[in-house]
Amino acid sequence: MLSLLWLVPILPLVGFAILAVTAGQLARKAVSVIAVGAVSLSALIAIGITVAYTITAPAGTVYSQTLWQWMRVGNFAPAVALHLDALSMTMMVVVAFVSALIHIYSTGFMADDTGYSRFFAYMNLFVGAMLTLVLADNLLLLYLGWEGVGLCSYLLIGFWYRDPDNVRAALKAFFVTRIGDTAFAIGIFLLFTSLGTLNIPAVLDEISTYAPGSTLPTAAAALLLVGAMAKSAQLPLQTWLPDAMAGPTPVSALIHAATMVTAGVYLIARMHTLFVMAPAVLLAVAIIGAVTQLVASFSALTQYDIKRILAYSTISQIGYMFLALGVGAWAAAIYHFGTHAFFKAALFLGAGVVIKMLDEEHDIFKMGGLRHRYPLTFWAFLFAALTLAAVPPLTITFNSKDLILNQAFLSKGGRGLWILGLIGTFLTAAYTFRMVFVVFFGPAQSRPEKTPARSMVAPFVVLAFLGAIAGIPELLTAIFGSQNLSSFLRSALPGPTRDFPSADGPWLFQLIYVATALAGIAVAYLLYERAPQYTRSVVSTSVGSWLHRWWFADWGFDWLYQKLFVGPYVVLARINRNDVVDLFYKGLALISRVINGLLSSTVNGNVRWYVAAVAGGAVIVVGLVVIL
Amino acid sequence: MILAGLLIITAGGGILAWVVGAWSERACRWVALLALCADLALLIFVWVSYSASGGALMEPPWLLQIDYPWIGPLGIRFHLGMDGLSLLLVTLTAFLGIASVGASWTEIREHVPAFHLTLLWTLAGTMGVFLALDLFLFYFFWELMLVPMYFLIGIWGHEGRVRAAYKFFLFTQGGGLLLFAGILGLYFLHARNTGVYSFQYRELLQGVASSSFAFMLMLGFFLGFAVKLPVVGLHTWLPDAHTEAPTAGSVVLAGLMLKTGAYGFLRFALPLFPNQSAELASAAMILGTIGILYGAFLAFAQTDAKRLVAYTSISHLGFALLGIYAGNRLALQGAIIVLLAHGLSTGGLFIVVGALQERFHTRRMDELSGLWSSIPRMGGVAMFLAVASLGLPGLANFVGEFLVLTGTFAVSPVLAAIAALGFVLSSIYSLWLIYRLFQGPERRMKEAPDLGGREMAIFGAIIAVIIWLGVYPQPVLTTAKPTVDSLVSSATYVMQAADEFGERERSPYEETGAPEAEYDER
Repeated sequence: MLSLLWLVPILPLVGFAILAVTAGQLARKAVSVIAVGAVSLSALIAIGITVAYTITAPAGTVYSQTLWQWMRVGNFAPAVALHLDALSMTMMVVVAFVSALIHIYSTGFMADDTGYSRFFAYMNLFVGAMLTLVLADNLLLLYLGWEGVGLCSYLLIGFWYRDPDNVRAALKAFFVTRIGDTAFAIGIFLLFTSLGTLNIPAVLDEISTYAPGSTLPTAAAALLLVGAMAKSAQLPLQTWLPDAMAGPTPVSALIHAATMVTAGVYLIARMHTLFVMAPAVLLAVAIIGAVTQLVASFSALTQYDIKRILAYSTISQIGYMFLALGVGAWAAAIYHFGTHAFFKAALFLGAGVVIKMLDEEHDIFKMGGLRHRYPLTFWAFLFAALTLAAVPPLTITFNSKDLILNQAFLSKGGRGLWILGLIGTFLTAAYTFRMVFVVFFGPAQSRPEKTPARSMVAPFVVLAFLGAIAGIPELLTAIFGSQNLSSFLRSALPGPTRDFPSADGPWLFQLIYVATALAGIAVAYLLYERAPQYTRSVVSTSVGSWLHRWWFADWGFDWLYQKLFVGPYVVLARINRNDVVDLFYKGLALISRVINGLLSSTVNGNVRWYVAAVAGGAVIVVGLVVIL
Repeated sequence: MILAGLLIITAGGGILAWVVGAWSERACRWVALLALCADLALLIFVWVSYSASGGALMEPPWLLQIDYPWIGPLGIRFHLGMDGLSLLLVTLTAFLGIASVGASWTEIREHVPAFHLTLLWTLAGTMGVFLALDLFLFYFFWELMLVPMYFLIGIWGHEGRVRAAYKFFLFTQGGGLLLFAGILGLYFLHARNTGVYSFQYRELLQGVASSSFAFMLMLGFFLGFAVKLPVVGLHTWLPDAHTEAPTAGSVVLAGLMLKTGAYGFLRFALPLFPNQSAELASAAMILGTIGILYGAFLAFAQTDAKRLVAYTSISHLGFALLGIYAGNRLALQGAIIVLLAHGLSTGGLFIVVGALQERFHTRRMDELSGLWSSIPRMGGVAMFLAVASLGLPGLANFVGEFLVLTGTFAVSPVLAAIAALGFVLSSIYSLWLIYRLFQGPERRMKEAPDLGGREMAIFGAIIAVIIWLGVYPQPVLTTAKPTVDSLVSSATYVMQAADEFGERERSPYEETGAPEAEYDER
């Protein structure tokens, strides 16, 4: 079974190749069969491999497969090779499975779109690139997947290319992430130049011989971190993600919630030994995560567009994953990645259903009262929302975030981070249920009756359900102490295990988290369902409206970047359109022409002038001879 | 004999096409096409038989040579030689030659026979440049490729063609003059030292003692090639010439003629003057880095699509210059891949812009918009080429640029990091081009056909080669290896450049002593 590993990333790429070469000539049905078939088959193989791997783990818990030697110059010899361990396997199976469900959903969502084949071509390419990223055994191949998913993100955000706003959002996403990619690339140069290899296990082995905190690991980790921040939309490079919502909703669910944006988390987890060797950078990871989740939560509270709320929520949840990474709780970060992939994809798919049913309405305040008309959608959305807000026992996955907070609290000097995280818990519950109350409760608005396609609802419900129960294995451990995901991941990600000194600790903290989340929901209920007039009066005060505008505009980052980078670059480019260097040559040409003019004017046919010139010339020559 | 055959087929094909053209324009195009196809077939045969022999060579690094006396008393011989580097570049010449003839199939309607004569003679000159091992012969071919190119721009070009052709001619002729002065100076210096008057590459290769005169000679070579490359500062002829030339002219200019500059550095400037080049290495690397960023910056500013593509060449060849003067194995191999990749991706983009101009009679990006809906195949091709041009991994340009920067990092981390910003700037201009032409609201304009079979065949071939070089560049790397090896072994300039930057002296693979045998396996 394991030897089929290469098929997992290749199958979607084959699907892409077929769709690209046929270039829209195929019937919709054939496109669906090829695209969904390729990804589903890949997901089935991924699941089969997971089962095979867990039953009989290969020697050393790692299975690797070399497809071909990519290039070789001296010892610069990256191969196209795959690396399967607990970490990459978890990522692989989640990515492949969620991708397959979202492909099925897309056949319904995109059914009437003229670019049907193009859409699925891009989606297949994305899945292939993402699986390559996850399974790569060396940094260069990982970088290939990394840039590949970035390209697909650009292509899919700008999928509806006729609207310049969509294209601009796509360009913004690509440029901002490319800045991070460039830092990542410099990190690769540094690691190769210093260590002479790009193979990830070899790099990690080599780097662990360095002293913690020495220059090389610190510089390399910092460069990789910038790459991860841009890809995972962490402060201060988060500005592209909310705009990325311009893409079709399945894209937002797959790329901008479940998979690509968590690539930064994966990179840090994959390279965790490097980050351990750079304590300062690791601390920065934790702080960036904690601050990002808070900042994004505030922004989420003020948005009207349902997809932008979810986008800020994604930024915020990835902030939690960064926090987990920063305190060395690798397994907790990956666990949260998995549950987040399910419930956030579900929320997006639910939002997609709602948007589709209301004729592309994105403003939550124009929705309202949808609970009766779409009960199944409502319940699934509610469960996903409860999972996001982490409220047991309605959701069993409540502990994925709580694990992170526990680890933050127990880590050295992590109390401050813990408090930030706790505030975030409150805000998460508040913005999530603000959305739930406004969209599904309240007075219904009259609109034409529509029913969502079954191909859309089914994947959505499955994801919401999976999100809510994904925590069962972890919960069983807490009660019975059996083998669980975290300890499984630990085989690839050895890290410190921190436990509360007393047995009551977990329960006490659990109580705090649940109370905080419930308080958040209660506040949302009060302010948006019970007494919305209070909200309006708070927002209408001068401080209130100022804060609202500030948070709504993503804390002014876009404005700042526009003034600092984008504006000056565009203006300078425009001024210099004709290239200042050419002025020099134009000047030369002008001088020659002037001299030419002067000399030609001496050829004037005037004999007296010629005689005078000859005489003058003779005097000068004779004079020179005499003097010299 | 094969080498002379290549030149005879190309130049003779040009004459035949001209003669036949008086009778039928269609036959003229086919003759030109078939002549270049014959070249390509011959080159593939050479490559395959070389690879099949396991890279065994009679006289490394030369695969093939021919050598006849020409002007005996002056020591001038008709000496051609092909090593891996020449093989790659001549193959690129034949490949892009076919693409140019194909791209001109409907675009060129006036003076068709003369057009194909000039085009094929330019190509013959270019091949000669890549093959000549006698400096006098080299200079002969250098000029041979220039003069037909001047007519190609001046006769079949666009609105501002006359001025552009003048500018092109003055710049390259100025550079050529310095080069010729350098060649003559070297000829006499060599004669004074050894008593032998010879233009032979091998004779002159013995190295020149350090002196300010030798440095001046090196500077002559450097400037001659720098104008062609073009190195930033000497680049202002390029946008005019590329923009005003007909499509075939732009493809040959960008894809091939600029490569002769890079080839000149690799074949002549560095091996003939290793010590003097070392003194110049850090300056050249800085110029390369500036070129990468400044070229990309200028490209973004343009409103004329063809001019935008033209400026990207300055940026791409900045990578080549950087890699050549970084001088270690990785950087040199990377520079060679950059040369090939740039020829394909930029050549392809010029064909796209040419096809647009043929359909809509404009190149202005503010007059074109939202073309994807009406001509999606061209949109897809343009997107692919733009993405290749911005250096997406898995495509040819990435391999070259990444190798150059990895190699450069060992010599100067600071320059490598600054040059890496080219990744960001190249993505800006590439995707901006796609946005302005193919995305955004659809303009109402005249109906235009999407890419036809002929155009798809050209683009299909280009795309296939770009992907091949991106996912499995090893055959090219292996072919170029002997040349790179001999360069590295003579290249003391690497060490000096490293010293000046105060960084580690050796590249990583020299430290770890990688098993060379492994490198040879294919």
